[in-house]
Amino acid sequence: MSTPPPTPDTVHSEEFLRLLMRRQLKLSVACAATFLIALLGMPLLNYFAPALMATRVAGFTLTWLILGILFFPFVWIISWRFIKRSIALEEDEVKSVKR
Amino acid sequence: MTTHLAFLHGVDPWIFTFSFITVFVTVWMGFRSAKTSKTASDFFVAGRSVSVGWNASAISGEYLSAASFMGIAGMVMSSGYDALWYPVCYACGYLFLLLFIAGPLRRFGAYTIPDFAEGRFDSPLFRKIAVCFVLFIGFFYTMPQMKGAGVTLAYIFPGIPYWAGVVLVGAVITLNVALGGMKGITLVQAVQYWIKLFAISVPIFVLASVYGFYGTHIGANDDGRRDKLAPQAAAEVQTIARKPLVEKAPRDTAWVSPFGPLTTKAVNAAAAALPLEQRAAYLAEYQKPYSLLYTYSLIMALVCGTAGLPHILVRFYTNPNGVAAKRTTMWVMILIGVFYVFPPVFGVIGRNLMPELYSGVGAKGTDKVVLELPTLLGARFGVLGSILSGITCAGAFAAFMSTFSGLLVSMTGALAHDVYGRMLRPKSTPEERLMAFKFAAVLIGGVAIVLGCFVELLEINFMVGQAFAIAAASYFPLLFMSVWWRGMTMKGAATGMLTGGLCALVAAALTNLSTLSLDKGPMGKVFAGFAPLNGFWAHHPLLRILCEQPAIWTVPVAITLMVVVSKATTASVPADIRMKMLVLHAPEQLGLKQEYIQEHQAGAGH
Repeated sequence: MSTPPPTPDTVHSEEFLRLLMRRQLKLSVACAATFLIALLGMPLLNYFAPALMATRVAGFTLTWLILGILFFPFVWIISWRFIKRSIALEEDEVKSVKR
Repeated sequence: MTTHLAFLHGVDPWIFTFSFITVFVTVWMGFRSAKTSKTASDFFVAGRSVSVGWNASAISGEYLSAASFMGIAGMVMSSGYDALWYPVCYACGYLFLLLFIAGPLRRFGAYTIPDFAEGRFDSPLFRKIAVCFVLFIGFFYTMPQMKGAGVTLAYIFPGIPYWAGVVLVGAVITLNVALGGMKGITLVQAVQYWIKLFAISVPIFVLASVYGFYGTHIGANDDGRRDKLAPQAAAEVQTIARKPLVEKAPRDTAWVSPFGPLTTKAVNAAAAALPLEQRAAYLAEYQKPYSLLYTYSLIMALVCGTAGLPHILVRFYTNPNGVAAKRTTMWVMILIGVFYVFPPVFGVIGRNLMPELYSGVGAKGTDKVVLELPTLLGARFGVLGSILSGITCAGAFAAFMSTFSGLLVSMTGALAHDVYGRMLRPKSTPEERLMAFKFAAVLIGGVAIVLGCFVELLEINFMVGQAFAIAAASYFPLLFMSVWWRGMTMKGAATGMLTGGLCALVAAALTNLSTLSLDKGPMGKVFAGFAPLNGFWAHHPLLRILCEQPAIWTVPVAITLMVVVSKATTASVPADIRMKMLVLHAPEQLGLKQEYIQEHQAGAGH
C-alpha cells in the first residue's frame, strides 16, 4: 500500500479521502455481499429446489428452520466481524496520519 | 357507578391487573424522568453517560413495536411461511444500517434525518422537504400501533368496541406527551425491552412444555405426512391434539411452504375471475414467478426501510464514542434477534390449538393470538392461564405505548420545531413554542386516533411493512447516496426522495383503501368508491403486487432520479464537499468535526 508522505496536511488531501472512503466501502460491501447472497438466495432456493427445502428436520421444514432460527446467528457473526474489522481499520487510519 | 362498571363484565382480574400496572408504571416513570431532563440537549448529553448494555436495551425497546409483539404472530398464523420474512428482515435490516449509514451519520453529528439533510447540503429548504417524510412515515407507523391498542383493549374488556380502545389509549398517550412526560428516556425504553422479552418468551416456554415444541407443531402441518413417516415421528405428531381447521384457514401444504397465501393472493384473485377451465393453466404460469417478485419486493422494503426509520437513528448519538456505538449495535442485533425467534411460535401453536381465530375479523382475528393463546392453559392449570395472558397483554401495552409515544414525540417535534418555529413564526418566543409543541402533540395524536379507528380490518404487521416501504423509497436513498457519493446535489436528492417516497405512499394508500372497500360492514360503505379498483386488479395481478409491495420499483426510481438530476446540476454541489466527506468518513479521533464546525461558523458569518 502506498501511503502518501506524512505532511501536516495529509488529512485534507484528496488521496487520503479517496483511500479512506474506498477502504471503508470495500469492507461494508464485502459484509453486505455475504449477507445479501444468503438473504436473496433463500427465495431462489425455495423456487428452484422446493423438494430439498421442504425436507423435514425435527419437524421443521429445512427452509423454515433456516429462516426462522438459523438466520439470526448468521447475521450476528457478520456484524461481529464487521465491527472488529472496522475498529481495526479506524485505528490504522489514525496511526497512518499521526505517524 | 354501576352503569360505568357495566363494561367490566367478563373482565379477567389477572389480565386487567397486569395491564394496568404496565400502563401506570410507564406513565409514572415517564413523568418522573421528565422532571430531570427538560430539553432535547439534556436528553442527548445525559445519554452519553449511559452504558452499552442499557443503551442497547433502550434501542431494542424502542424498535419492538406492536407489529413485532402482536403482528408477526398474527401474520404467521394467517399466512404461514411467507410471513417469516418480516421478523428476519426487521432484525437483519439493522445490519444494513450498521454497514452503510450508522457510522458516518454519527461522525457527522446530525441528530435527526432533517438535521442531516440540512447540514449535508447547506440547505434549510431541503430540511423542510425532508421533514414531511417524518410525518408521512410516522402516520403509517402509528396506524398499526393504534390497531394494537384497539385489539388489546377489546380483548381485556370484551364489552367495548374496537374504536373505544383506540380512542382511550391514544388519548392517554397524547395527553402524557403533551404534558411533558414520556420523552425517549433511556431507562424507560430499556426496561420496556426486558418486559417485552419476558412477556413473549415465558408464555412460550410454558405453552411449549405443555402442548409440544416449535418443531413438533410445525411437523403437525403436513397433509401427506402419515404414510411416508417412520412410526416414531408419527407418534410424535399424535401427541398434538390439533383442532380441526376452519374453512377460512389455508391448507397445510400452502401454509408451511414458501410462496403461500400471502404472496399468491393477487394471482389467485385474478384466476378466480377467469373461466373455470383456464384457471389451472393460468396459475401454473403466473403463480410462482409473481410470488417470487412479491417476496423480493418485500425483502427490499424491509431491509432498506429499517435503515431509513426516523426514530431509530437518534439513539446512536447517546453513546460516549464511536467504538461504544458499534458495540451497542452488536448488542442490539443480538437482543432483537433473540426476541424475533419467539413471535412466530405463537402463530404456529395458535394454528394448531386455536383455529377459531381464523373466522374472526378485525379485532377478533389472528392479530390477537399472542394475547389469547395462554388462556388455553386455564383448562388444565386454572389461574396460570390468566396470569400468562395478563403478562402478554402487559407486553403488548409496553410495545404499542413505547412506539406510539416515541413516534408522537418525533412527529410533534418536527411539526412544532420545523414547521411552526422555522416556517410559520420564526420570531416566536420560547413560551409560544412550548404552546405550539403542546398544540401539535394534541393535533397529531388526534389525527393518529382517527386514522387508527379506520384500520381495524388491516393486519398490524402489513401496515408496518408499508411504513418501511415508504422509508425505503425516501430516506434510505437519501442517506445512502449522500453518505457515499460526493456528486449528489440538493436538487437531485430532493427530486429522488420526493418521487420515490410519494409513489410508495400513494401505492400503499391505494392498497389499503381497496382492501377496506371489501368490508361488508360500515367501513365498506365509507370506502365503497374504491371498490372498482379491486376489479381492475383482478385483471392485472402484477400491478396489484407492485402496488402492495412497491419497494422493488420505487427504490430504483428514487436512486436513478438522484443520480440523473445531480449530474444535470453538478454546479450546485456544495463547495466544501471534501471537508464534509472527511467529517463523514474520517475516524473521530482525528478531531475533524470540531475543525469543521469552526470553519463553518466563520464562513457563515454569524
